[in-house]
Amino acid sequence: MDGKRNDKGLPIGTFERLKVAQNSFCEELIIAGFGGQGIILAGRLLAQTAMNAGKEVTFMPSYGAEVRGGTANSMIVISDEPIASPLVSRPDSLIAMNKASLNKFAPCIKTGGLLIMNSSLIDSKPNVDQSIDILAVPADDIAVELGSQKSANMVVLGAYLQRRGLFRADDAAKSLPDILAKRYHKTLNINAEALQHGAEFAKRSV
Amino acid sequence: MMQKVFSKPQALKDCPTHYCPGCGHGIAHRLIAETIDELGIRGRTIGIAPVGCAVLAYDYFDVDMVEVAHGRAPAVATGMKRTNPDKIIFSYQGDGDLAAIGTGEIIHAAHRGEQITVIFINNAVFGMTGGQMAPTTILNQVTTTTPLGRDASKQGYPLQVSELLTLLPGTIYIERCSLHKPALIRNAKKAIKHAFELQLNNAPGLSLVELLSPCPTYWRMTPVKAIEWMENEMTKVFPLGRLKG
Amino acid sequence: MNERILMCGNEALAEAAIIAGLDAYFGYPITPQNEVPEYMSKRMPEEGRVFLQSESELASINMVFGAAATGKRVMTSSSSPGISLMQEGISYLAGAELPAVIVNVMRGGPGLGNIAPSQGDYFQATRGGGHGDYRTIVLAPSSVQELVDCMPLAFDLADQYRTPVLVLADGILGQMMEPVVFNKKPRRKLPPKDWALTGADNRKQNIVRSLWLKEGVVEQHNYDLQAVYKEIEKNEILCEQYEVDDAEIVVVAYGIAARIVRGAVNKARQEGIKVGWIRPITLWPFPTEQINKAADNFKIFLTVELSCGQMVEDVKLAVAGKAPVVFYGRAGGGVPTVEQVLEKIRQLTLRPENII
Ligand SMILES: Cc1ncc(C[n+]2csc(CCOP(=O)(O)OP(=O)(O)O)c2C)c(N)n1
Repeated sequence: MDGKRNDKGLPIGTFERLKVAQNSFCEELIIAGFGGQGIILAGRLLAQTAMNAGKEVTFMPSYGAEVRGGTANSMIVISDEPIASPLVSRPDSLIAMNKASLNKFAPCIKTGGLLIMNSSLIDSKPNVDQSIDILAVPADDIAVELGSQKSANMVVLGAYLQRRGLFRADDAAKSLPDILAKRYHKTLNINAEALQHGAEFAKRSV
Repeated sequence: MMQKVFSKPQALKDCPTHYCPGCGHGIAHRLIAETIDELGIRGRTIGIAPVGCAVLAYDYFDVDMVEVAHGRAPAVATGMKRTNPDKIIFSYQGDGDLAAIGTGEIIHAAHRGEQITVIFINNAVFGMTGGQMAPTTILNQVTTTTPLGRDASKQGYPLQVSELLTLLPGTIYIERCSLHKPALIRNAKKAIKHAFELQLNNAPGLSLVELLSPCPTYWRMTPVKAIEWMENEMTKVFPLGRLKG
Repeated sequence: MNERILMCGNEALAEAAIIAGLDAYFGYPITPQNEVPEYMSKRMPEEGRVFLQSESELASINMVFGAAATGKRVMTSSSSPGISLMQEGISYLAGAELPAVIVNVMRGGPGLGNIAPSQGDYFQATRGGGHGDYRTIVLAPSSVQELVDCMPLAFDLADQYRTPVLVLADGILGQMMEPVVFNKKPRRKLPPKDWALTGADNRKQNIVRSLWLKEGVVEQHNYDLQAVYKEIEKNEILCEQYEVDDAEIVVVAYGIAARIVRGAVNKARQEGIKVGWIRPITLWPFPTEQINKAADNFKIFLTVELSCGQMVEDVKLAVAGKAPVVFYGRAGGGVPTVEQVLEKIRQLTLRPENII
């Protein structure tokens, strides 16, 4: 990063000069729920999938004491261009895994955005703008049917991928080994299956 | 033919010190320097000078030396030894340095069993700053901050750090010696040499030699009186001998 | 090694330090930088190098001091409260002219504060931080890739100028993940460490010290240090700018705040607002000249920080009265959103007279 100078002789950094991102593809997403629902893992997997697909991506997990018991969220930005802020205040899409996070983040979704909500844990209808595409996924129920309630995060992620059409659930499944520690590799199949079932659910509910 | 009965150790420079008459620091320096000579380790020794009267120790020792913040010598020694396991690292610390401000550092270096040698000079006062109370000041001892003498109910009891350190599995050798009589000085030399040898032989842990050291200036005594006081008072609170190893 | 890897800032900076030839890491856990010691505890032994968890930050920085005095490449990392505790040691490193790298992954303060991201330690970092008349080089990356790029630079700068170098990150940079590439860049030509304590084997004694009692010696030592600082100011300023020439508003921000500003400026440009940004990468030395130059044509300067306003003082000094300087920030773990910064920019276009 040292040494380079611009045409005025002033030093510049390595970070390429950002073109104003006009009409270029950019997806800002929040995944939110309570600690233990696999919110961070789902975010991490999406980020890895995006990177493996050659995209620019940032992934900001909530961290620290908050993670245990409290709320957890993942902020992900995926783009073709270098990404400005990794923090998402107005998401294009929201995956809400429980009621508290729905209430907190749903009002921030951009006009015309997407809301995936875990209807196993959220019974009320969300109070959002008409323009927003809502997909209710009984994620915990689907996961329990598959024999692994812990995979509800993968179910919603599969549904999101299918609905959004950025990457296929299969791409995410292929990225799983990159983010799961070796000792969890025995869960690769069940997680891949959960992603698939989420995607199929979304396909059925067009 | 003349016989040489006294010569300056190579690891000591040929210059007068700034220490007061009757002070023990000069003797302690000499014992360490002789040890370095006898073990032939000048080329691989790094010394650590404390903050205290011995802060200028590198002006007297002719070995590589570092001067560090008050009390932090054991942490600095850790950084040196961990990255240079083949070097012989010794720290030289007073009782303010080691037993007051640096208590945390010495306890944890000992607790980790750092393979270093610590020379701990106990003169029962803060010398450099003008004779204030040290953790090792004995009961009823008058200092500039205990004008009525140390009172256990107000300032606590003298701190026996060496005894405390013996409890830690990381220490392999701890001995308390004194510099107030020739025979005791010879003994101190043996202890210092043993401590260095342990490190030289990669013995697994920290070695420490505590040296009771006279400070006539801030005890407000003549050197002779100081020696009497050490014999009659100080050694009662800080009994001499091998405490561990 | 041009493969992209998805890594969090803390782990990425640790790996970058290892690649840069780190000999030893000493540290004490504190959120939000625990991934650094955790990563080091695994990787350093694999490389046959030293990792040690210290009993306090006071000990960490003095272990760093010890290893640095023997000529080793050494670092520690911590977050705000721990960095406060290290200030004694940093002052001693500066006084003894020892190279070392200290990473501060800043969190909310003062006091124990919280573990949320913050930029509240700017004053401490850029003003020396400890006692005495000294400076430390301060690098402020704003992406995980830049964290990776600035680690080898930090070590080289430390070795070249024999000074502690601070890398100033924050909770977001430490925790967020981005794809990074570890490419080995050519190293600077560095002077030999003939001052290092390696044992006086057939050579004269080396001494590492910061105390000189003889009259005038410390005074001269200070002037010598200042001469080095002048040299650093001449050679090592890094900053990045974007669309400043035609801008009516220039936003100045560093680190993670600069990323947020970037987002806001992109949006403002889409709205037709003439706004650009300047991002100091070295906070000391500060890009005073670059900012002063940008102030030549009448512009409004907006400084955005995750604090109540610290760098803004340097911006004002740099602008030197040529243009108005306004501040927007959130502190104590609060993070400005793109929308909030955008709104601030819009306000400046609507009512510039209000801020003069
Ligand atoms: C942080 C800090 N606090 C206080 C001092 C002042 N100070 C210098 S030496 C000393 C006490 C030294 O006493 P001791 O360790 O017993 O050594 P002696 O001088 O008696 O040999 C103190 C308090 C300092 N240099 N640094």
